[in-house]
Order: sequence, then C-alpha cells, then structure tokens
Amino acid sequence: MFRIDFNKLRFLICDDNPHMRRILRTLLHSFGAREVYEAEDGATALEMYSHYVPDIVITDWAMPIFDGLELAQMIRQPESKGNPYAPIIMLTGHSEKRRVTVARDAGVTEFLAKPISAKGLYQRILNVVASPRPFIKTKAYFGPDRRRNTNSAYMGPERRVGEKHEVLQQPSLLDKARSSI
Amino acid sequence: MAKNSARDIEVKAFATHQVITQPNPLRKVLRRVEEKDMDDPVGRAEQALAGLSGEFKDWMTTEINRLSAAYVAIRNEGFTKDRRDELFLAAHDIKGDAATFGFPAAAGIAESLCRVIEHAPDLERVPAELFTHHINAILAIVHDNTRLDSLTVSAELNRRLRKVADEYLAHVNRDRPEHLEAILAPSIVPAE
Repeated sequence: MFRIDFNKLRFLICDDNPHMRRILRTLLHSFGAREVYEAEDGATALEMYSHYVPDIVITDWAMPIFDGLELAQMIRQPESKGNPYAPIIMLTGHSEKRRVTVARDAGVTEFLAKPISAKGLYQRILNVVASPRPFIKTKAYFGPDRRRNTNSAYMGPERRVGEKHEVLQQPSLLDKARSSI
Repeated sequence: MAKNSARDIEVKAFATHQVITQPNPLRKVLRRVEEKDMDDPVGRAEQALAGLSGEFKDWMTTEINRLSAAYVAIRNEGFTKDRRDELFLAAHDIKGDAATFGFPAAAGIAESLCRVIEHAPDLERVPAELFTHHINAILAIVHDNTRLDSLTVSAELNRRLRKVADEYLAHVNRDRPEHLEAILAPSIVPAE
C-alpha cells in the first residue's frame, strides 16, 4: 500500500467562491498538506503558478473574466519558461459529458464534479501522484495522454499515426446509414 | 520539486505527434507502507469537513442572497451579458456547493436554473415565472431547511421544476440540435 506524504506537496487552488476555497483548504490540510496557496481568479492563479511552482493545481471552471479552462490552456504551453507538466485537477459544478471532453482537450489531468467529497479529491490526487500519464504533443494539443486505456485492437479513425497501427479510415455510423438508404 | 530537468525528459517523435515521458516528478512523496501502518486521511478530512458544518447555513444564506440580488437586478433593469453571467455564476455556485452544505434539493433546482440560463435561445423571452419559481424554491428550501429539505416535498419540487424547465427547453430548442443533445444528455454525476 502507498501513502502520500502530503506535507511534501505544494498545492495551488483557484476558485472564485471563498466557501469552496475554505473547504478545499480544510480537506488538503487534513490530508496533511502544509503548503496550500489560494487564488480567486485565473489571472492571479497564473501569477502564483509561476511564483510558487506548485506540484498540483486544483481549479474551478466557471470564474469571471479568466476561467479555469483558460488557466489550464495557459499552463499547458510547451514552450513556456514555467512548468507545463503540473497535474491539473478541475473541480467544477459542470457535470455534462461534453464538458469533461472540453476540459480534457484543454490539458486537464483529472476532472472532479461537485459536490466535492474527501474521498473523490483524495482519489484524484492519488491518481496524479502515483499514475502520471505521458504527455502528448500534436499540432493542436499539448497535455497528458487523453487515452487512459490502451486498446491494441482499436483501428478507428482516431488512432494516432506512426505507432503500431496506422489510421484506418472507417465511415461513421451516420455515413453508413446514409449510404444504405 | 515538481519539475524535472530537461535532460530527464524523453521525447519520441511520430508522424503526427510526440510522446513525452519523464520520471515521475512526484515519486518522492509516495511511500510504501504496511496495511497496519496506513492512517485514514479520508476519514480525517471528513471529520474536518464535519467540523465546518456549523457554518454551512450561513454560507448558504450568502449564496442565496447573491442569487436573489442577481435576479432582482435583471427584473429591474433587464438582461445584459454581465447580469446574465452573474445570475448564472450564482446559480452555478449553488449547484456545486449546496449538496455539500446539506441542501441537495437546492442544488438540483439550481442545476435546472443553470440549464435554463445556458440553453434558452433568448433569455428575455423566458417566462418570468420559470426564473421566480426556481429562485423562490431555493430560498424556501434554505430558509425552512429543517422542515422542508428533509422531507420528500423538496425532492418533489426539484423533480417538477426540472420537468417544467426541460419541457420548455426542449420546445424552444427544437430547431437547435446541439442544445437539444446537451439538454437530453445524462449528467455524469451519479444520482443520489
């Protein structure tokens, strides 16, 4: 079994809601964290990110002016002087599947839908500490590998080119349905 | 501690992408321990959260006052982008926080309100009652928590408001398939 030494981790939390920041701080401190920095908007969080170099970022999505999605995109700049690889946990009230996809495509490492629970937060932190994923850089994406499950049998249109299998173009189900009419 | 030096980072280039691997920069915070030596960080955190619970009612009151003020501004002066955003953020915070604060039905109603704000094609044309019923229900649940939220009436209120809101949204979005799809898609949050 593994234990996380939270007292060696530095967290940055970003949420415009002071109550949620207090809850997050309480949870992290009771896990054992000592260094927890707080920002109430994305712009401040980005400054603190550069200054404090946190190990893990926990951010809300919906915030005025500069939101958590933009924060993730700013951090995931491969040419930046800062660290573009830090795990980002998005903690949000958004709970629709398409939102998860958008967050994933912005380079978010883990997604945690509110209401928050101690167990859910701990599990996400354990994931990013114990099972980091490689990073992928394409023309349009830089961030943790979005494929969590390796399926060597997958031959669909989204398979990456140049690894074990080349792209096999398959008509979508919609195209198949149209052509059969 | 979080950053490896550039020489530790391995880059494999493929036709359309690069795969970048590096030693786990957080490996030093993981310690293997015997089961008997494991403490219970989650239990400790739950206890700490319970210790905050005495403040939840006050926090919830702050949240609903914000929601109420956001809607009063719209009722008096109409929708602008800023007022719309403030109403949405106030409802969205309640959607995310209220269950933690002990008001799960208020969270459900706030979610329904968020959907109306997000998916109605023209907020000026949304019947005012749809807003006021949602907001009044949240206020009632929070003000009368001990009598209301613990009873099935709040859950029923939540269910009916959601049904009315969804019917309205399905009707006004009948020619907007991308919104219809989002409205009909299931939430990723498991049901209570």
